[in-house]
Amino acid sequence: MGYSGFQVIKEGLFGQKGWKPVWRDPEPKAEYDAVIIGGGGHGLSTAYYLAKEHGLTNIAVLEKGYIGGGNVGRNTTIVRANYFLPGNSEFYSHSLKLWEGMEQDLNYNVMHSQRGLINLFHSDGQRDAFARRGNAMINQGDDAILLDTEGVRKHLPYLDFDNVRFPIYGGLYHPRGGTARHDAVAWGYARGADQRGVDIIQNCEVTGIDIEGGVVKGVQTTRGAIKAGKVGIVVAGRSGQVAAMAGMRLPIESHILQAFVTEGLKPVINHVVSFGMGHFYISQSDKGGLVFGGDLDFYSSYAARGNLPMKEHVMDAAMTLMPMIGKARVLRSWGGIMDMTPDGSPIIDKTPTEGLFIDCGWCYGGFKAVPGSGFSFAHLMATGNHHEPAAKFRLDRFRDGVGLMDEEGTGSQHNLH
Amino acid sequence: MRINCPNCGERDRREFYYQGDALALTRPAPDAGPLAWNDYLHNRDNPAGDTKDLWFHEGGCGAWIVVERNTVTHAVHGTTLAHKVKR
Repeated sequence: MGYSGFQVIKEGLFGQKGWKPVWRDPEPKAEYDAVIIGGGGHGLSTAYYLAKEHGLTNIAVLEKGYIGGGNVGRNTTIVRANYFLPGNSEFYSHSLKLWEGMEQDLNYNVMHSQRGLINLFHSDGQRDAFARRGNAMINQGDDAILLDTEGVRKHLPYLDFDNVRFPIYGGLYHPRGGTARHDAVAWGYARGADQRGVDIIQNCEVTGIDIEGGVVKGVQTTRGAIKAGKVGIVVAGRSGQVAAMAGMRLPIESHILQAFVTEGLKPVINHVVSFGMGHFYISQSDKGGLVFGGDLDFYSSYAARGNLPMKEHVMDAAMTLMPMIGKARVLRSWGGIMDMTPDGSPIIDKTPTEGLFIDCGWCYGGFKAVPGSGFSFAHLMATGNHHEPAAKFRLDRFRDGVGLMDEEGTGSQHNLH
Repeated sequence: MRINCPNCGERDRREFYYQGDALALTRPAPDAGPLAWNDYLHNRDNPAGDTKDLWFHEGGCGAWIVVERNTVTHAVHGTTLAHKVKR
């Protein structure tokens, strides 16, 4: 289905009854060349790029719920490429380039808005660290501008610049950073994959992975057995449970990350603002709600909701940074289940089982990685070789300690990320 | 979430520091080899349901506590002093 201004007006006049579903609802076939477990953003983009870049169209995406109902609909929609360490830096740089071409590629409006992201700093030492990060971003070919206090004030006049504990010394400005409409990203990839012949099968939970002699043969599901020569596990948030079906234990602990949205307001926050010292970040959705969040609750959980102490902490940080926010009323809050790895960086790799691949461990950064992760995972599944920008996301880096990507510099240990 | 410290009674979650899975108490032998150590340090069962993990009562008596709880409901079922679990 094409979209046009004319069609929007026509449907408005006739009660919006002419819209058709944009992907099929097929019955699962008995056999596919490849099966993707997980119909979230990463699974759908993997299927899309398998079909588009590698010509694999006899494939299925198996989703236990509905498209857009998992973490792709439970995030704060931020898209950026401001990473520092080799491994992360080239991967997110590649992913951001895919974002910039996504709407044309999918012919779908994902409301990608490069409104700019500003990371604030509050001391001379922090300024040095951000200058270094900015240089790493520029070396990677991305954009970074170091702002002083007055530079930040021009963009964000509403902040409390003279806060006693955290006076604002400046910020690292990443103009290509921004936000996107998260549901539309899932829908756009689902539509694009479906148009290329991919079967998207919803309400189909994988209950077992068939392995014979160390080679994957297919999966068992709530809608019957499906044979497949290649199987990809892309279920961040539930990676441990699905990997256990293949006899694997992963270097992952699941944690809760909370987010909040206020009632709709007139445009007031035009950027993504990140206040690292308060573990707080905020942007405004196109609908007007202020979307903000904080740090992990810091204990393992699958509850999809957080506890009150972190809510209080996030509200404290918000009031510290921008006292004007006290006038806004919080509409709702939610928690996303994060695959936390010991070093806080993801995994895209083969498994010890031949034909079985895994894409997991996205920690708190999965949304911006949706196109890059799908592109690189599709490359790995189709060719058997690692895609260069994601080649350092090895599963065995924890075992040998080589190539750990501890972006925060806190240590490579489970309870620190 | 509130945790029942065996020494101090029921206390706010904020008094406690979360260390991670209670398998931290079953440390491999120094010469157990890299695979055993990798398993101990990094790999986790990570259950959706009942789990046992290790918390430190840093805002209270300073005891290390094994907490049995549910990761889906956040219900806390029981607590034991870690030195009693470890013998």
